[in-house]
Amino acid sequence: MIVYLAKRLLSMIPVVIGVTLISFLIIHLAPGKPTDVMTELNPKMTPEARERLVKYYGLDKPVLVQYGLWLKRIALLDFGNSFSTDSRPVIDKIWDKKVPVADRRLSITLLINILSLLLITAIAIPVGVYSATRPYSRGDRITTVLVFIGFATPTFWLSLLMMMLFSVKLGWLPISGLKSLNYATLSASGQVLDKAMHLILPLFVSAFGGIAGMSRYMRSSMLEAIRADYITTARAKGLSERAVVYKHALRNALLPLVTILGMSIPGLVGGSVIFETIFGIPGMGQLSYQAIMARDYPVIMGLLTVTAFLTLIGNLVADICYAFIDPRIRVH
Amino acid sequence: MHKGLHGQHIAMHKTTGIVKELLRNRLALAGSIVVSMLVLVAIFAPLVAPYNCKEINVQAILAPPSPSHWLGTDELGRDVLSRMIWGSRISLAVGFVAVGISTLIGIILGALSGYYGRWFDSCIMRFVDIMLCIPSFFLILAVIAFVGQSIWNIMAIIGITSWMGVARLVRAEFLSLKEREFVLAARASGAGDMRIIFLQILPNAMAPVFVSAILGVAAAVLIESSLSFLGLGVQPPTPSWGNILTSGKDNIETAWWLSVFPGGAILLTVLGYNLLGEGLQDALNPRLNKK
Repeated sequence: MIVYLAKRLLSMIPVVIGVTLISFLIIHLAPGKPTDVMTELNPKMTPEARERLVKYYGLDKPVLVQYGLWLKRIALLDFGNSFSTDSRPVIDKIWDKKVPVADRRLSITLLINILSLLLITAIAIPVGVYSATRPYSRGDRITTVLVFIGFATPTFWLSLLMMMLFSVKLGWLPISGLKSLNYATLSASGQVLDKAMHLILPLFVSAFGGIAGMSRYMRSSMLEAIRADYITTARAKGLSERAVVYKHALRNALLPLVTILGMSIPGLVGGSVIFETIFGIPGMGQLSYQAIMARDYPVIMGLLTVTAFLTLIGNLVADICYAFIDPRIRVH
Repeated sequence: MHKGLHGQHIAMHKTTGIVKELLRNRLALAGSIVVSMLVLVAIFAPLVAPYNCKEINVQAILAPPSPSHWLGTDELGRDVLSRMIWGSRISLAVGFVAVGISTLIGIILGALSGYYGRWFDSCIMRFVDIMLCIPSFFLILAVIAFVGQSIWNIMAIIGITSWMGVARLVRAEFLSLKEREFVLAARASGAGDMRIIFLQILPNAMAPVFVSAILGVAAAVLIESSLSFLGLGVQPPTPSWGNILTSGKDNIETAWWLSVFPGGAILLTVLGYNLLGEGLQDALNPRLNKK
């Protein structure tokens, strides 16, 4: 296991270099000097801000030195100061030490994404097993059609429809934000309930596409497991169908799902931009939308790097889990 | 040359089989009907659209669906149906150009990677891992913030950030094909590497690429509409399904038709491409029950 871990960590080094290199290149993507285009696109940018940017990215130095400086800044989590009027350090915007941990942007986005991963697995696994144990039955066909519709539904449209139905028409759920105005006056349990009510729609919307995809993977993984030789053996030795399906097949079918969950993290994080913007949730997605609209380059670069690293960590955790539950992986 | 003719014969035989299989698969048939309808509407937009899609009508602001405006009007009194018909051109163009770019990049990198192997292959596959690590929607947004938003930029950016799947697919095909007899025969008869890669192996590896391209169009349509919805894609007054939905959001409490219809069009389009793609996949590989 330790050998596997060491190997896995070593293999991350080129990926880390690559990710930082790509984010570095994006700054230089624009034709001419990066600062020129920034001024062109951003009328608010003063010569002073431009000076700061040149200094910050070391744009007057050779490219290799610039990249070295960029790496150093990433290691120190120093992404410079925002262009917005408050000109706070980018990292303080993402992880504001002045507010409670639960209210920091990073925690909010992480909370929603983790809850949504849990929701996806909780729904997709039973649905996939149901379909796979009755292939081509009526139930399987109906879930297949639903899965296709789920795949094709644009997240932002679903958000609008849900808002229209549950917030505007029925008035059951709050239309946006994470807390009601009277949040501070509520009792502890009232605060939890208030937050939960605000989270229902965003969670449902962010998990929706994932549920469709994951149940499809679960179905094919389970179908493959059921056809395996060891299942024939299990049946041949007279085990009940229940034991065969839920003990032998299901356990093996769940293995590839761990990797797929890890791989779905970038999509979920990207989706945060959309539903956080629509539902007015103060997380990293909303911050990135605001930063892009305001051409607040330091914030954009900081967020891009942070989310890429989060994805990297997510994949690493998924791989370690996989190696932990499947001994075949760590031996090879 | 003999090999080439033989290959063509097999390919033709295969094609008729695929068409038959597609017709048998009812969902795939539905998908191809939706896609062809969409293409026709986009091509003949000026003839089908009942109104000028940019014509403002102050007498009919936010009018609900009626016989004169089937799908209602928006906050400037423009006909929603006409705007959606013109918007289908955007979604079609972005889908095909973006996928054209990503497929081209994916084929070239995947083919060279699979054919040459060794360090070149390791480098390219590492690069694929790296690209997959960066949340692509985030990357697209960041790049747009730097290079500015125009429909050409959007097509290019979507294409450049979505070639990884094709590259892996083509690489895998090349790995299994490059030791086959027809390749060895071509090499023995003195064909150069480029000739073998692009004229001998690639035609045999195109079927799965075609499937993934169709599925890719669906993904590109979704991304473009999300971008336009966020105000970072196609800019009004040019209509796109995404930016009609932006006005849907602004008028969510009064004008349901502004949200329901364009979103439904996106859903139907993406569904159509996906069904067609999955159907083709089944037709090409009927024994395997994929994904």
